[in-house]
Amino acid sequence: MPVFVGEMDEGRARALWFGIVSVESVNQILEQALTEINASNELSVLDDLRVRYLGKKGEITALLKSLGAMEHEQRKAFGQAVNRAKGELAEAVSVRKQTLEEAALNNRLANEIIDVSLPGRGQQRGGLHPVTHSQQRISDIFSRLGYDIATGPEVEDDYYNFESLNFPPHHPARAMHDTFYFGDGRLLRTHTSPVQIREMMKKGAPIRVIAPGRVFRSDSDQTHTPMFHQVEGLLVGETVSMADLKGVLQTFVNSFFETSLEMRFRPSYFPFTEPSAEVDIAWDKGDGKEPGWLEILGCGMVHPNVLTACGVDSEKYVGYAFGMGVERLAMLRYGVTDLRQFFENDVRFLRQFH
Amino acid sequence: MLFSVNWLKKWVDIDLPVKELAERLTASGLEVDTVEPVAASFSDVVVAAITRCEAHPDADKLKVCCIDFGGSEPVQVVCGAPNARAGIKIPLARVGAVLGADFKIQKAKLRGMESFGMACSARELGLSDDHSGLMELPVDAPLGMNLRDFLELDDHAIEVELTPNRADCLSIRGLAQDVSASCNAALTVMELESVAASITDSIEVTLEAAEDCPRYVGRVLRGIDPTATTPLWMVEALRRSGIRSISATVDATNYVLMELGQPMHAFDLDRLQGNISVRRGRDGETLELLDGKQVAVGDKLLAICDQAGPVALAGIMGGLDSGVTDASNNILLESAYFNPASISGKARDLGLHTDASHRFERGVDPQGQVRAIERITGLLLDIVGGEAGPLIHAVSEQHLPVQNQVSLRHTRLTRVLGIELGEAEVTLILKNLRMSPEFKDGVWTITAPSDRFDIAIEEDLIEEVARIFGYNNIPATLPAGELNPGIVSEAQLSLQSIQQALCAAGYSEAINYSFTSRSLLSLFSMDEYVLPLANALNSDLEVMRTALLPGLMETLSRNLRRQQDRVRFFETGTVFEQKDSLTESSHVAAVACGSFMPEQWGIAGRATDFYDLKGDLESVLSLRGQTGEVEFRNVKQPWLHPGQAALVSIDGIDIGWAGSVHPSILKHLEIKGPVLAFELDVSILSKREIAYTKNISRFPSIRRDLALLVPEKINFAEIRRNVIDLSGDLLTNLVLFDLYSGQNVEKGYKSLAIGLILQNVSCTLTDEVVDSLVQNLVQGLEKRLDAQLRG
Repeated sequence: MPVFVGEMDEGRARALWFGIVSVESVNQILEQALTEINASNELSVLDDLRVRYLGKKGEITALLKSLGAMEHEQRKAFGQAVNRAKGELAEAVSVRKQTLEEAALNNRLANEIIDVSLPGRGQQRGGLHPVTHSQQRISDIFSRLGYDIATGPEVEDDYYNFESLNFPPHHPARAMHDTFYFGDGRLLRTHTSPVQIREMMKKGAPIRVIAPGRVFRSDSDQTHTPMFHQVEGLLVGETVSMADLKGVLQTFVNSFFETSLEMRFRPSYFPFTEPSAEVDIAWDKGDGKEPGWLEILGCGMVHPNVLTACGVDSEKYVGYAFGMGVERLAMLRYGVTDLRQFFENDVRFLRQFH
Repeated sequence: MLFSVNWLKKWVDIDLPVKELAERLTASGLEVDTVEPVAASFSDVVVAAITRCEAHPDADKLKVCCIDFGGSEPVQVVCGAPNARAGIKIPLARVGAVLGADFKIQKAKLRGMESFGMACSARELGLSDDHSGLMELPVDAPLGMNLRDFLELDDHAIEVELTPNRADCLSIRGLAQDVSASCNAALTVMELESVAASITDSIEVTLEAAEDCPRYVGRVLRGIDPTATTPLWMVEALRRSGIRSISATVDATNYVLMELGQPMHAFDLDRLQGNISVRRGRDGETLELLDGKQVAVGDKLLAICDQAGPVALAGIMGGLDSGVTDASNNILLESAYFNPASISGKARDLGLHTDASHRFERGVDPQGQVRAIERITGLLLDIVGGEAGPLIHAVSEQHLPVQNQVSLRHTRLTRVLGIELGEAEVTLILKNLRMSPEFKDGVWTITAPSDRFDIAIEEDLIEEVARIFGYNNIPATLPAGELNPGIVSEAQLSLQSIQQALCAAGYSEAINYSFTSRSLLSLFSMDEYVLPLANALNSDLEVMRTALLPGLMETLSRNLRRQQDRVRFFETGTVFEQKDSLTESSHVAAVACGSFMPEQWGIAGRATDFYDLKGDLESVLSLRGQTGEVEFRNVKQPWLHPGQAALVSIDGIDIGWAGSVHPSILKHLEIKGPVLAFELDVSILSKREIAYTKNISRFPSIRRDLALLVPEKINFAEIRRNVIDLSGDLLTNLVLFDLYSGQNVEKGYKSLAIGLILQNVSCTLTDEVVDSLVQNLVQGLEKRLDAQLRG
């Protein structure tokens, strides 16, 4: 700040003299303080400096306090100088503080580097059995097509498992179902078809339902297990046709395998459907040969005797039903070659599906 | 049903490549299993005659034959077959012939003698396994004729897998009839020639059980040559149907069975006593069957009887004593119709399955008996000679099945199939199916052929039309109609969510059989209410499971044996308890063994304990939201560690248990353990309340921590219940953050550190209120539980 020397009275000149001296000393203090602040390397040191100069008993504060005893003229110049110094110091402390804090943070961060490739902590997820998973996928597909999901008992009797499904007594078709019996008329259901009966009896027509579940046949070899899973489907309505059945199953197969597969409907025989069909898909085994036909499900138009047994007017209503083996579909989908693997529950097998 | 295409072609005028024929068969409902050539591939094999046969000068076992094959010069062939002799006709593979893929016949020298070709055994031509000597051809076989032409070997055998309703296709005739319809090809009419009787010998037949046997046709043949050989064409036809040649008479019965589908039987007439009656067996009657099996012929079984008793099991198998042998000169032929219901299941009950029972169970043509007896008589007279008696024909017309009259509405056909077929097209299909359709006012009326008793209702005709039209020609559409989805309640916890919670907690889902061994259940003392199977496959699968745990433990043990040391499984499924009535319940169970977490660099490993499992179980229970009060109470269960077993209940209803599996069970299953497990009934577990929001307090909460000394014997549930009870509405949460006993804690006491989170919904809590609450709480706990605030 320029110092004016000019025409002044003595009193003012004296004060100015004092002022000059005092302003210089303020600048000296400022110089020194700035040097010290900028040289400080730790926040605690910086804080000490702040206290020494700007604290309650700090040097700058003391200078400010001395203002009160000064004359007006002197006070003005001196005050300006002190306030300027105070402002500069505060700014310097703040800048230095930020610098030191940044350095401290950088230092800390540099010391906190971890190996992100080390394994994380926590449970290793388990997973669903591929048969359950497939069953749920099948159920989901049909749910989206408007089918309700029903279940039924696994211990059944002759009526629900055979008779109501139009199996005549002693008919060879019964022999095709190697049935487990309990010796008192009860048996383990050989298919999920009894659920159709129970649902139709309960709800009548129209009806749109699928029934996933376990079924049992007394057969055990490389390609048969005494227990397996089926999903049964039933739709009864006033305008239902075999063409619809074909359409629904084609939609299902395309959804399940996520690709459009050629299908073949072959006439077959089930006592509870007429006409009856077995359905093959053209399956590429990946062996370089032409895709071969592979049977995946049975279906047909619900036999009028079955509708009648359930109290449904077989003249007014037409229905279709289908049944598929879940293991079979899961084997195709996931390349499982041995059916029995599903029930060995080897975790090394199961984890592949987790 | 295995048959030769050439045989079929004699009955129906088709000229399709075999692959295409197979596709047609499958598409029409006769599913083709296999198509095989009837002979190996070979060329240049001709009919030849051995004109001279001499011993090889330098080899004991070889012969030198002079063979004439109709060429200009006979050839010399060296051969080792024991039956090689002058005068027989044999197949000769000439020089240049190729057998199989690459076996070339060349000029050779055997022990110094030149050989120009090879005389063949049946096996060398892929015709049978017979390699005992040269294949002998009929003496009238034309010399030089290509053997493939002579035996019609450019033929295929097709095996079709027939559904039980298609008994009509269990014969060449039946197949031809169906192929005629599916290929729109003409049937070759086989004229039925009645054989005139040359003798009067007959036998009286009485139908005592006319309902079981409404028709019995027979004929006596006298003076036959039982040692006559079966003609080669018949042997070949049977071979291509998988039937071995036995004797001329038996072969003829099998031939007619295959050709016409009518099972036949031949009795040795001289071993029958008196007349024949067809009746149910009587108590005490027995019969030794052709296969040597002795059976009791009770009143459930239908028998062919002479005066002394049963001589054959009707429709199943003949008796040994009355059967034809190579000494039988006089025979009685049987061609009968038995009611399927009278035969069904009987053979199976006796552990038998014969060609006859297979057909009678499914039904033979009730009009086919006379046709068959005339056919076999004609064949036998040609082959074994003899004199035929008059036709014996016992019939009870009223008991014969009637041919069904069935109507088919055009509108219904269209509605069910979803495609409209023209009237002419449908009429043609029905006509080709021998149904004599008449169409009037939009309705076809037909009469089912006598061998198509499976045609009874309109739907049967719809299927017939559809399968001949071709299922694959029906379009694919999607069903219209109202969507009327049932309500899936949110208050019903899905099994899927329970499964997902357990998957997230590290459990792999297992699926075990629903049946298991009684001994396994008894190891767990879970066998009290078992439901045993009457026809179990084996003792490992003999009873229905009463719980999921035993199966899971076996699965666990199997996996541990396969070097897996940390294994967690869960299963959901039905369990069965047979008390007064059967209870089928849906359960979920889990087992955990090994470290509580996967081995990790930053966590000290330790074995899974009860509280790990309980945490997993609580995460499942938490799916229920705020519904119900869950309680764990100590319990004793035979399969659990007595000190680490809990009964789990919701609102006072027991839903299952959790605990550490009893060490003695672990020892038995060779598991090092410990194994933690739980099993719950899903039905109560999966009922939950739908959330309904309450207001959240806007005011700050206050936490107070208490260190309490409580007698050891008082469990946490009781402490918790009392704290809640004494704190009142202000307590929003309670956490136990430390539990300690031992040094510095008085013996018989434990130290608990409890955090109380207090909050008021309508105002800010003051210290005074909280202090007084805590004071009141501490005093209460002291009084009720002998608890003290720890200094």
